[in-house]
Amino acid sequence: MTAAGADLTLRHPVERFRLENGLRVVLAPDRSVPVVAVTVSYDVGMRNEPQGRTGFAHLFEHLMFQGSANVPKMEHARLVQAAGGTFNGSTHQDYTNYYEALPAEALERALFLEADRMAAPAITEENLRNQIDVVKEEIRVNVLNRPYGAFPWLQLPGIAFESFANTHDGYGSFVDLESSTVDDAADFFHRYYAPGNAVLCLGGDLDVAETEQLVRRWFEPVAAREVPPTPPTGEPSPTTVRSDVVEDRLAPAPAVALGWRVPDPVGDLDTYLGTVLLAELLSEGDASRLERRLVHDDQLAVAQSSYVGLFGDPFDVRDATLLTTQVHHPASVPTEKVVTAVHEEVGRIAQDGVGADELARVQARTEAQLLRQADSVLGRTLAFANAELIHGRAELAGELAARLAAVSPEQVQAAARGLDPGTVAVLELRATGGRR
Amino acid sequence: MTAPVLIPPLGEPRPQPELAVTEETLPNGLRLVVVPRPGVPLVELRLRVPFAAATARAAAQHTARASVLSGAVLLGTGARDATGIAEALQTHGGELSVSTDPDRLLFATTLLAEGLAPVLGVLAEVLTDAGYPADQVEAERARVAERISIARSQPGIIARTALAARRYGAHPYAEQLPATEVVIAVRSQALRKLHRERVLPAGSTLVLVGDLDPAAAVDAAGSALAGWTGEGTAVAAPPVPQQPPGALQVVDRPGAVQSNLRLGGPAPGRTDPDLPAVRLANMVYGGYFSSRLVENIRERRGYTYSPRSSVDHLAAASSFLVEADVATEVTGPAFLETWYELGRMALTPVTGEELDAARRYVLGSMALSTATHAGLASTLSALAGSGLPPQWLAEHQQALARVTVEEVQEAARRFLQPSGLTAVVVGDADRVADPLRAFGPVEVVPSADPA
Repeated sequence: MTAAGADLTLRHPVERFRLENGLRVVLAPDRSVPVVAVTVSYDVGMRNEPQGRTGFAHLFEHLMFQGSANVPKMEHARLVQAAGGTFNGSTHQDYTNYYEALPAEALERALFLEADRMAAPAITEENLRNQIDVVKEEIRVNVLNRPYGAFPWLQLPGIAFESFANTHDGYGSFVDLESSTVDDAADFFHRYYAPGNAVLCLGGDLDVAETEQLVRRWFEPVAAREVPPTPPTGEPSPTTVRSDVVEDRLAPAPAVALGWRVPDPVGDLDTYLGTVLLAELLSEGDASRLERRLVHDDQLAVAQSSYVGLFGDPFDVRDATLLTTQVHHPASVPTEKVVTAVHEEVGRIAQDGVGADELARVQARTEAQLLRQADSVLGRTLAFANAELIHGRAELAGELAARLAAVSPEQVQAAARGLDPGTVAVLELRATGGRR
Repeated sequence: MTAPVLIPPLGEPRPQPELAVTEETLPNGLRLVVVPRPGVPLVELRLRVPFAAATARAAAQHTARASVLSGAVLLGTGARDATGIAEALQTHGGELSVSTDPDRLLFATTLLAEGLAPVLGVLAEVLTDAGYPADQVEAERARVAERISIARSQPGIIARTALAARRYGAHPYAEQLPATEVVIAVRSQALRKLHRERVLPAGSTLVLVGDLDPAAAVDAAGSALAGWTGEGTAVAAPPVPQQPPGALQVVDRPGAVQSNLRLGGPAPGRTDPDLPAVRLANMVYGGYFSSRLVENIRERRGYTYSPRSSVDHLAAASSFLVEADVATEVTGPAFLETWYELGRMALTPVTGEELDAARRYVLGSMALSTATHAGLASTLSALAGSGLPPQWLAEHQQALARVTVEEVQEAARRFLQPSGLTAVVVGDADRVADPLRAFGPVEVVPSADPA
C-alpha cells in the first residue's frame, strides 16, 4: 500500500446504518472545508428499461426535478441554489443519482428536498409533456445535431452484446419517449424508487450523531415498499468477431471503436482491476502504448483513448461491460490498419507482459487521478455512494488507490490476454458529410 | 419565496478557511503564488505565460503557431524525447497539459506531493530546452490541422467562432481557431523563434496549491527555474475597439435539427466597480437554473435543454454572453422569449428575492469551486492573468454582498439591453431566417462545413 492510498483510506472513515423502511445510509464525514454533499442513488438505470420504453430511466430522472408534495415546480432548484448550493442528477446503466453540494448549514434543507421527492414527486401530464420536449432537445444537442454524437456509446453496445438490456439505446427513441404516459411514470416510480432500493450517502462537514437524527427525521416517514430484485445483466461472453459500420453525415473524418468483454466488475474485482490498469497503460498520456504507436510512431491517428465501463467510470457498472478503445484517424488511413495496430499492441502485452517500472508509473498516475476526484467533497461522496450501491461496500472507494497499487504485472498481462482479437466488437464510423 | 413552512431554515454559516498565500518574484521575473491547503496529498501546478497576438495583422499566423507549439513543446528536449518527458512526469502522477487561449499559454498538471521538485525540473527542461524536431513538428501540425477540422464541424464551435469574428472584427480576439492551411505550413524554425521570444519568465506566473510547505516549494521553484531566462517582454492583447452590434447573422447549416442562438456584448472587467452588479444581473437572467431564461424557455416551453448566460473575461475584453440550442421549428419563438427576458431585465427591476438568491448562489459556488486544490489553482492563475492578487477574491465577495436592486437594474439597463448585443444563429437558414426577420434585418452566410 502506498502512503497516499493509506492516507485516503484513513482520512475518510465511513459510518452506515439502515432505516426501518430499508433506506441504506452512508456517512463520510470530513470537516476540512465547510461543504456537504447529499446524494441519493436509486438502483435503477438504463438497463432496467422494458422494451418499448427506451430512454425512460433518463426521462424519469427529469421528472424528479419537477417538484414534489411540498415543493412547487422550480422550487427545488431555488431552494438549493438560494442556499449557495449546486445540484444535478444523472442516469447511468445501473443506477440513477441525485445530488447537491452545499454550504454545511444547508444540510437539513437538502435532506428535506430529497426525502420529499422520494415520497411523492410531482408526476403530472403537464410536467411529463414539458420534460419530453426538454429531453428531445438534450438528445439533439448531444447526439443528433453534432458529429460523433452517438459514437461509440450508443452504437457499440448494439453489436457488443446480445440482450435487450445491454444493447438498447438508453437515451431513447423519440417514438418511445413521445408515447410515454403518466401511468408509466407512476408505475416506474412505484417499482424502482422505493426507499429500500436507494442509498443515501452524505459527505463533508457533518457531525455523525446530529446527521443521523436529521436523516431519521426526514426519511423515516417515507413508507416502505417492496424492493424489486436486481435483474441479472451479465450474459455469455462472445465467441466471434462482430463488426458494423455506421455513417455520420456531420463528421469530417472517420473513427473506429473496438470493444472487448471484460471480467465481472463485481464478482471478479481482482481480475477486473488488472483490466482497469491495462486501459490506463494502453491509452493514458504521451507515454502510453497506443499514443506512442498510433499517434507518434506510425502516425495513423489524431486521437485515441481507452476506458472501461461504457460511460468511462470502471467502478460504477455491473456485468456485462467493455473495455473500449476509440481512435480518430485521417481518411487517408484505412480502418483496417488502425485495428491491426491496436491488436498488435495488445498482443505485445499479452505475449511479453509489462515491466514493473512501466506499471509503477501508470499506478502513480492512476492514484493521482483518484486522489484528485477525492479532493472534491461531491466527487468523493458520489464515489462512496457508487461503491455502496454497486459493490455493497462504500469503503471500497477509499481503498481503490491501494488496491490498484497492489496489481502485479502478471495481472495486467492476463488482462491483455482477455482482449482476444477473435472476440472483439468493431464499430467503424464513416464520415459521409464530405470535407471543406 | 413561496415555499411552505415545512422547509428547514438554513443554519449558521460556518467560516471559510482563510488562504495562506505566499507570493515571491524570482530574479528572472517569474512570479510565484504558493498556497498550502489541507486535503489530498497532491499539488496542482499552473504556469501561465502571456501569449497574446501583438497585432491583428499577426493574429492568424500567431494563433496557428501557438496551436502547434502547445503540442510540439513536449516533443523533446536535449535530454529526453517525448516519451521520456511523459514518463518522468507520470512517475510522480503527473501529465503536463499545454493549452492556449487568446491571452496565454498554460502549462498545467496535478502531481503527487512528493514529486514537486522533480516535476519542476522537467518543466524547467521543457521551458529552456524544447527542441522542436522538424520531422515530429510536421506530424504534430498535421494532427492539429485534422483536430481543428473536426472541431469546426461542431455546431457549438461554429457558433462561438462566428460570434467572436463578428464582435471583434479586426482585433486578434476575432481569430478563435486558426485556419488549417496556415497550421499545416507552420515550421519548427518558427516555433523555436516563437518560444525564444515569447515563452519568458518575466510576466509569467507559477501557481502551486496543495499539500506543500510554502518555503520549501518556493525554494524548489527558485532552484529549478533559475536557469529559465529570456530577453524581451510579455505581450498583452491590444485594447478592443467598440463594435456596433450589427444585423442578426444566420450561419446556414442546411438540414440542422437545432439552431444555436448566441448573443454577446461587452461587460465590465474584473477591476471595474460595475462588475458585481452585472454578475448578479446575469445570474437572475440566465446564469443558473433558478433564472428567468431557464424558467421561461426550458421549464415552461420546452424549447431547449440547457439555456444559459455568463460573464466571461479575456485580458482586454469582458463579455456578457447568452446561449441556447433550440429545436429548429421553434427558433423564432425561442429568440423572441430570449429577447423579451433581456428587455425585461433592462427595463424593470428584479425582486429582492431574486437578487438575494443570486447573490447567495454566486458566493456559495465561488466557495465550492475554490474548495479543491485544482479549483483554487485555476482560479488564482486566471486572476494572475488579469494582474490581480489572490486577495481580490475576498474583496469581490464583499462587493457582491453590497449590491442593491437599483444597481442591478442600472447594470442590466447598460449591459443586458438586447439592442446592444451582437446576435448569431447557426441553423437551417431556409427554415429559420424568415421568422428571425421579425426582429430586424438578417444576414445569411454559409457555414464553412456541411451540416
